[in-house]
Amino acid sequence: MGNNQAKKGIVIDYDTIANQESFKSLVRRKNSFLWSMTAIFLSAYMLLPILTSYTTILHQKAFGEITFVWIYAAGLFIMTWGLCHLYVAKANSFDREAKAIIAEYENGGGRR
Amino acid sequence: MSFTAIFFFVGIVGLTLVITWWASKRTSSASDFYTAGGGLTGWQNGLAIAGDYLSAASFLGIAGAVALFGFDGFFFSIGYLVAYLVVLYIVAEPLRNLGKFTLADMITARFDNAKVRGTAALSTITIVLFYMIAQLVGAGALIQLLLGIDYWIAVLIVGFMMTTYVLFGGMTATSWVQIIKACLLMLGTVIISFLVLKEFGFSISTMFKEMTTVTDSGAAYLNPGLKYTNGLDTISMLIALVLGTAGLPHILMRFFTVKDAKTARSSVIWATWIVGIFYVLTIFLGFGAAAFVGKEDIIAANAAGNMAAPLLAEALGGDILFSFVCAVAFATILAVVAGLVLSGASALSHDIYGQIIKKGKITEKEQVLAARIGSITIAVISILLALGAQTLNVAFLVSLAFCIAGSANLPVIIYTIYWKRFNTAGAVTAMLTGLISALVLVAMSPNVWNPVEGKAIFVGDPLIMLTNPAIISVPLGFLGGFFGTLLSKETDDAKYREVDVKANTGISVQDVSH
Repeated sequence: MGNNQAKKGIVIDYDTIANQESFKSLVRRKNSFLWSMTAIFLSAYMLLPILTSYTTILHQKAFGEITFVWIYAAGLFIMTWGLCHLYVAKANSFDREAKAIIAEYENGGGRR
Repeated sequence: MSFTAIFFFVGIVGLTLVITWWASKRTSSASDFYTAGGGLTGWQNGLAIAGDYLSAASFLGIAGAVALFGFDGFFFSIGYLVAYLVVLYIVAEPLRNLGKFTLADMITARFDNAKVRGTAALSTITIVLFYMIAQLVGAGALIQLLLGIDYWIAVLIVGFMMTTYVLFGGMTATSWVQIIKACLLMLGTVIISFLVLKEFGFSISTMFKEMTTVTDSGAAYLNPGLKYTNGLDTISMLIALVLGTAGLPHILMRFFTVKDAKTARSSVIWATWIVGIFYVLTIFLGFGAAAFVGKEDIIAANAAGNMAAPLLAEALGGDILFSFVCAVAFATILAVVAGLVLSGASALSHDIYGQIIKKGKITEKEQVLAARIGSITIAVISILLALGAQTLNVAFLVSLAFCIAGSANLPVIIYTIYWKRFNTAGAVTAMLTGLISALVLVAMSPNVWNPVEGKAIFVGDPLIMLTNPAIISVPLGFLGGFFGTLLSKETDDAKYREVDVKANTGISVQDVSH
């Protein structure tokens, strides 16, 4: 049944965790990573229709008859796969920090 | 209809029914029904996400669009894929850490309010119904074309099958139907792509070179601009694709079928690779169809190009491959509509009946019964609507679903997780502004109004020229949530700290109980 089976008598004091310096630092670094990467990939993605709609830069031939618009599109595919793996690597390290934060909370006697 | 075609269709129907029978024995709790008990592994859920996501519109629609319009058809492939990054970076994990069955669960983890839950359920049901009608109408037309049976019989067959999977097998059966379909779809696509490449002597540059001469568009075929000539409309459509996916209820629901955020992550990796490879291969499907079937024959079979992939399979692989691809298209439709029924039923039965009407005071047995009744309700409504919508051009229903998902659901998801000041009033206004503005703007668009009779629903001039209004409605959804929040004094920092801790650490009572 997963996480929703509350065991009686145990209450997590979320305020204590939220006020831990380690937690604040994790959230800060995590959010700045997530949002800066999101800004980068959304910009790269939105640049494609802007370039194709208002310029003909990408209409030029790159290799044989293959034009740059296909190269750009291929680049977006590779970017997606690459950022997907970057995310998982980062998230795994954030996971380890989250575990340490919970351990710190437990050792601090956060139980009521 | 040939013997091989009957063989493949019966095989798929039989296999999925066996799965449903097996799954029905393992479906006893509400959690089993909605989320397969949260017991799927990463690769299973990844394949199921791909199977849920790659609709007939992707398989048949994009292949046809690439065949007819070259690069412009490929825009959809790019948008649908990059959308996964938004899901992965912004939405998937917090949703998994906060929610139970539905999007509304996640929002009410912060705001314990029937109005918030009701609005979220309303937007979910609206998206599901639009998406579902599009799938069912498309399915009806396709099966009519493939098997030569009447449209209404085709819709009833698909409707009956999807209801059977969901009713008896719940999410377990639905997931396995999606997993099998994803494998079959990849197999079919890889085989056709291989045959296309073989025709071009396994040289990509030869293929591109030949493509400049086989269509009547010449070299312009390889560049954008054949289909999309209005820059703003192209941009708006791409916004809807990339942001809408992260708000689609049936995709969001798939993150509750795994045990933790780590597994949710690995399932998105699987899905991104499978979906990405599939979309690369749509180039071969489209180019192959343009070269070896020809534009005239594609349009003669179906004006929207939906028959391009099956016709290509027939041209290169004969009757067996044609029958196989048709059966895969059928499995594709079944897998997607079953997922939609489940997400609609979860909003109706879990959110509206279980949490709002019964206020959560509902036994496990009643929950499962409610879920089954909700599934039948959603299935019957969508079948009836699809039977009435036969002559409708349905492409805009799909874009409308993406537009609502991006405008109504995405802003509220982002604010709930990342904005401390956000409150109940803001959540309701964000969802309503996004939902209503998307609906109103589409109602004023060229999808609905056209001066030429028969091209749209009504004869007349459209009030806006955008076929997809995401460029206006998504910012409106965010603004609605922003001003709705500021107009209400309500704040609850303690609750936000709890949500923040849960979303970022995935902490649960079990973590501190040892």
